[in-house]
Amino acid sequence: MSDHQPENLPATSPAGDAQTPATEVVDQRQGMFGVRGTGDTSGFGGLRRQVALPGGTPKPYGSWFDGATDRLEGLVGDGAIEKVVVDRGELTLHVQRDRLVEVCRHLRDDEALRFEFCSGVSGVHYPNETGRELHAVYHLMSMTHNRRIRLEVSVPDADPHIPSVVSVYPANDWHERETWDFFGIVFDGHPALTRIQMPDDWPGHPQRKDYPLGGIDVEYKGAVIPPPDTRRSYN
Amino acid sequence: MTQTQSTPSDPYATTRDTTEGKVFTVTGQDWDSVVAGLADEPEERVVVNMGPQHPSTHGVLRLILELEGETVTEARCGIGYLHTGIEKNMEFRNWTQGVTFCTRMDYLSPFYNEAAYSLAVERLLGIEDQIPEKANVMRVLLMELNRISSHLVAIATGGMEIGALTVMTIGFREREMTLDVFELITGLRMNHAFIRPGGVAQDLPPGALDKIREYITWMNKHLPEYAELCNANPIFKARLQDVGYLDLTGCMALGITGPPLRSTGYAMDLRKTQPYCGYETYDFDVPTWDTADSYGRFRVRLQEMHESLKIVEQCADRLAEMEGEPVMVADKKIGWPSQLAVGTDGMGNSLDHIKHIMGESMEALIHHFKLVTEGFRVPAGQAYVAVESPRGELGCHLVSDGGTKPYRAHFRDPSFANLQAMPIMCEGGMVADVIVAVASLDPVMGGVDR
Repeated sequence: MSDHQPENLPATSPAGDAQTPATEVVDQRQGMFGVRGTGDTSGFGGLRRQVALPGGTPKPYGSWFDGATDRLEGLVGDGAIEKVVVDRGELTLHVQRDRLVEVCRHLRDDEALRFEFCSGVSGVHYPNETGRELHAVYHLMSMTHNRRIRLEVSVPDADPHIPSVVSVYPANDWHERETWDFFGIVFDGHPALTRIQMPDDWPGHPQRKDYPLGGIDVEYKGAVIPPPDTRRSYN
Repeated sequence: MTQTQSTPSDPYATTRDTTEGKVFTVTGQDWDSVVAGLADEPEERVVVNMGPQHPSTHGVLRLILELEGETVTEARCGIGYLHTGIEKNMEFRNWTQGVTFCTRMDYLSPFYNEAAYSLAVERLLGIEDQIPEKANVMRVLLMELNRISSHLVAIATGGMEIGALTVMTIGFREREMTLDVFELITGLRMNHAFIRPGGVAQDLPPGALDKIREYITWMNKHLPEYAELCNANPIFKARLQDVGYLDLTGCMALGITGPPLRSTGYAMDLRKTQPYCGYETYDFDVPTWDTADSYGRFRVRLQEMHESLKIVEQCADRLAEMEGEPVMVADKKIGWPSQLAVGTDGMGNSLDHIKHIMGESMEALIHHFKLVTEGFRVPAGQAYVAVESPRGELGCHLVSDGGTKPYRAHFRDPSFANLQAMPIMCEGGMVADVIVAVASLDPVMGGVDR
């Protein structure tokens, strides 16, 4: 059922491009109603759907993307940028983690790039993408050229280390602490990588997919409603 | 000197008697005894915890100040006291329900949270250019009204904290007028969940435009009072000028946006540079100041309220010619069927809508049922959309896995980012100036902690 197309997808193609971009399977979704083991005999429990994110885009990327990526590749050399994704008008560079600080420094300092503003880092957890479970996503903006760019670094859950970019973008200080707090990504070289939102002695990293939402049953007029993560819901 | 009550059964609040150094529990009006207690060791530093429950720290913000006399030698923020797991919760509700959560983050500018989130969902859906014109005008109207109400709170509480109580009372008076307009249009004073993916929840109610005109007249009369009260007031200026100084270099390094950045003279405003919701079609200016201090930020906010009022006026003119136009995207598989009305038993689906889905159109009933129970699916991918909130760049990073719920929602809240500038603005200054400096950043802890 991997070619199953839900009928409530929007009528128009979201990409808007003539060529369909390649996709990359990161996960597989099962069933239709979220909860498992309910003895659901409707057949929906057997649904398997692939979760496929937009994959690498071939050149040319269009707009200013070509000039900027060529310039950056010329400055940092081969191997630093693993993949370039252009999707929905946004440019994403997948960066090798060892080269991240170098890439950021060039992005900030080169006058043709000049991404002087970093609006922080956010984590995304893909538990079934083996070897690349944790992603750190940086959003940069060039106020000089009025452009935005996204950097993505993926690391395995077993070795969740990413070099800190606080030396290049001091603004990322708290954002890296937050990503450590919620996802357990260790930013090496951060001046004081401590929890920021959760209490210091909190066990676990709450926004990872394997961390339960928690919550208790709510009873109202005799009916019991379970918390949202154990409730029967569409997925 | 500490009195601790031992409650060994509570695992989250174990207690411990401080054994090292001296501990003073300051309860107010006993500063002399604290200073006297330090007299024998004059070199010793005093670390003061200001907050998290303090009337002048803008919510549950904890400032950890190291003092030498009344000079702050080191300052740090402790945050997280209002963390409610909004981002995590959003992963368990459908895309439309997400609005209900994110509107509660920065509770002084709920429409901006909703707009950033809705714009990001719309980019993921690829329907950015299908949003009806009227929905965009209503979004701009609500956002600019919201900028006024948010800046009014910033100025009012900022004034209250330095003892300018009249600024506080008139600030909240005008804010009430703004909230009345919100209540008429959305039904609520805050936490509206009104701007939704695809448009807005409801059309303007009857009489809304008259109310907005009345509001504009009121504000045009009363906004100049702030300038008259404060702009040249020697006490106000003495407290604010050259306090909380942060120049352009500091702002760029620390990623500071909003009024603090514009008070350095840099007219950076996403409404102008990367317009959304049709901002490029409105006539307004981006006010700046050149002193890079708290007074400059106050003047920028004050001037921005006038500019917002200009935009509100233009929105009202446009809305007057748009009666009856749609406010939700035409795609029936996305457009949420929220045709609500107030009945005898409270707010519910309007009788016209019930009649339509139950008696006239089987398709409408199916769409209603599918959207309300399951929601719409969003094609896999990620998007980052930023809007210019009253406090700076509010960004929303959304990741979809192709399902009916966000796979990940992250908000780059300007209060969170701007609060990082607290130490550089306060260290080396006086304790009393910490209050002014923090107030000039205008952090909202609901947004900082999310």
